[in-house]
Amino acid sequence: MDLSYSDTERAFRTEVEQFLTQNLPAELSEKVRSGRALTKANHERWHAILNAQGWLAPNWPKEFGGAEWNAVQRHLFEEACARAHAPRIVPFGLSMLGPVLQKFGSKAQQEHWLPRILSGQDWWCQGYSEPGAGSDLASLQTSAVRDGAHYVVNGQKTWTTLGQHANMIFCLVRTDKSVKQQEGISFLLIDMATPGIEVRPIVLLDGGAEVNEVWFTDVRVPVENLVGEENKGWTYAKYLLTHERTNIAGVGFSQAGLAAVKRLARSEMAGGRPLIENPHFAARLAQVEIDLMAMSTTNLRIVSRAAAGQAPGVESSMLKVKGTIIRQEINDLARRAAGVYAMPFASEAVEGTNDPLPDPNGAGPVAGQYFNNRKLSIFGGSNEIQREIIAKTTLGGRA
Amino acid sequence: MNFDLTEERQMLQDTLRRFLRDRYTPQIRHDILQSDRGLSPEIWRELAELGVIGALFAEAQGGFGGRGFDLAVVFEELGRAGVVEPFLDSAVLAGGLIADLGNESQRAHVAAIIAGELHLAFAHGEPASRYDLSRVATGAVPENDRVVLNGRKAVVHNAEAADLLVVSARESGGVDDAGGLSLFLVPTETEGVTRQGYALLAGGRAAEVILEDVSLPASARLGPAGQAFAAIEARVAAANVALCAETLGGMETASRLTQDYLVTRKQFGRPIGSFQALAHRMSDMLIELEQARSAVINAAGHLERPRPERERHVSAAKNLMSRAGRLVAEDSIQMHGGIAMTQEYELAHIAKRIVMAEHRFGDCDHHLERFIALSAA
Repeated sequence: MDLSYSDTERAFRTEVEQFLTQNLPAELSEKVRSGRALTKANHERWHAILNAQGWLAPNWPKEFGGAEWNAVQRHLFEEACARAHAPRIVPFGLSMLGPVLQKFGSKAQQEHWLPRILSGQDWWCQGYSEPGAGSDLASLQTSAVRDGAHYVVNGQKTWTTLGQHANMIFCLVRTDKSVKQQEGISFLLIDMATPGIEVRPIVLLDGGAEVNEVWFTDVRVPVENLVGEENKGWTYAKYLLTHERTNIAGVGFSQAGLAAVKRLARSEMAGGRPLIENPHFAARLAQVEIDLMAMSTTNLRIVSRAAAGQAPGVESSMLKVKGTIIRQEINDLARRAAGVYAMPFASEAVEGTNDPLPDPNGAGPVAGQYFNNRKLSIFGGSNEIQREIIAKTTLGGRA
Repeated sequence: MNFDLTEERQMLQDTLRRFLRDRYTPQIRHDILQSDRGLSPEIWRELAELGVIGALFAEAQGGFGGRGFDLAVVFEELGRAGVVEPFLDSAVLAGGLIADLGNESQRAHVAAIIAGELHLAFAHGEPASRYDLSRVATGAVPENDRVVLNGRKAVVHNAEAADLLVVSARESGGVDDAGGLSLFLVPTETEGVTRQGYALLAGGRAAEVILEDVSLPASARLGPAGQAFAAIEARVAAANVALCAETLGGMETASRLTQDYLVTRKQFGRPIGSFQALAHRMSDMLIELEQARSAVINAAGHLERPRPERERHVSAAKNLMSRAGRLVAEDSIQMHGGIAMTQEYELAHIAKRIVMAEHRFGDCDHHLERFIALSAA
């Protein structure tokens, strides 16, 4: 048992930290730190900076232009980025579609699409959930019917994050209605400019519009945009979900969030003293910090096993549940810390507006974030679904 | 023991519930939330005509209610419908202070308030006061036969719509002394008053109110100089009863929406309420809802009791409502899934009302500490 990083790992961390110090634009980190919405151009700028360094795709093999880091390196990178308030890497092309194409795509698809993900030429979004297919994703209804050299797609996707920026969408579609649900699904790449596609923003409870509905009416998609085999899409979707879950614990986000709460609680006054000295608030803060310290080690234990080549199984579900509980608890603390200044509507959190917030302590849109991050325990397989996975895996057929 | 409402209060509840169900639809509320003023003058007037504001004042003050259970009945219904109009600010707080402390000419405003013709705001809390009621740095200094106010008031609800502000200021004592506080009636157009307005996350609007050399006649003072704290504390107690009742109403709506969703939404071929993980959470929610109802009854029933008893029950209720409210808001959203995250869905607004009520006049930690202190006394 050795709780310290190796010399190589420490050197790597220093290299990442130095890179961030020198290359992360202050304008971007300040926006992330204060909880303001990033524009499409902000995201693209950060992607381009990382790409120039060869770090935009930490999990991709070198042959496709990735950094090919191991799990510990990726963890160190993610942690350092969160601490430095770097924008998150938009995951749809890089963490989701990329690995699927590398494993299941044709050579032509790999050569065409992968470089465009790195260069930023394509912005991908995800067409998975539907109004009737949330937790029960396999019940999806959007259909694709073969017509000569095309599939004709009809249906509706929803919760499409940042779809308003995207020019491409990868979709799960039903290509066979006569078989078991999971066996009639295919994986299609669709150009958002194709006639018959309509994107409608969904305004969320914090006033932002980061998600969308995407409607398909007789949308013609060339057959060469089918990934892998017809009706094997569920296999690819499950593979994609395991990649979606690599940073599932969100340790870096929680550490950055906790630091922000402490900062706020030092300037916010309660009873004439800094709030951080209030015993009840201090106890709440300490409780979360203790949980986070343990979860950070749980995360590292799982990460180092993955680095040794063991695929994470039920542990990723555990990390998702605990990680999101901790992140939401930190959001709750931030809202509490802000006191009466949690109440103003923070339009700064909404892209395109810049009304200043009234709080002299600069709490930022903490209540909006508290509500927005209720999504953490809902998306990517709700925490109830994760608990089902844990129970089924553990009890097997025995109970 | 009798837990039934009086006939008058039962009628008020029925009338108000029916009116809000028909008139304060989610679509109308959505339009109000999107509007620049953040409130509907028509609905304000109609509710005043129904007697809703009158129910918040005692008979001797020109109303026909004003007791804890009157507040509880009205605000539970307002909460059930997610009403954002500032009854708390114009009537319970600022209007109530005028009725409690005002001389005859000042009390003449009360009739206009009850008729819905006058909007008010209570400008009390400051950037550094958080939830401490006695921490007031805004100063009131005599100058010849006038008084000059300087200071900043934080997150003053309804300040922009208000014709009159009820402003607290210190005439003597240290920054957190209960003694030395006075209240002043300040027309919003007075020179030196600046309102920096903004929308609130859970609906309605507020402003930072900056007072720069605001010169007032001595007749603007409400009640005797330096002795306003007891009245402020009593009115904030009433406001907390109202907020607790509003939260209870919101929790009832959240619970109803969740129950409906659990039996209609199907995943894996069956209603999601048939999954035990969700069914048990809903049961826990209903248990908390009954606890919440009792907490509101306790607080409302002790609002007219002597100060220590009143405050202890109010702090108990606010602490419990904050905890129960958070559980119901969060679990309702979780059991719905993504749909509850959308602004369009009724639950989103209701959940915000529930959670943000904790940020007015003390959160669960503040009232826990207060309950401990009051219990030890």
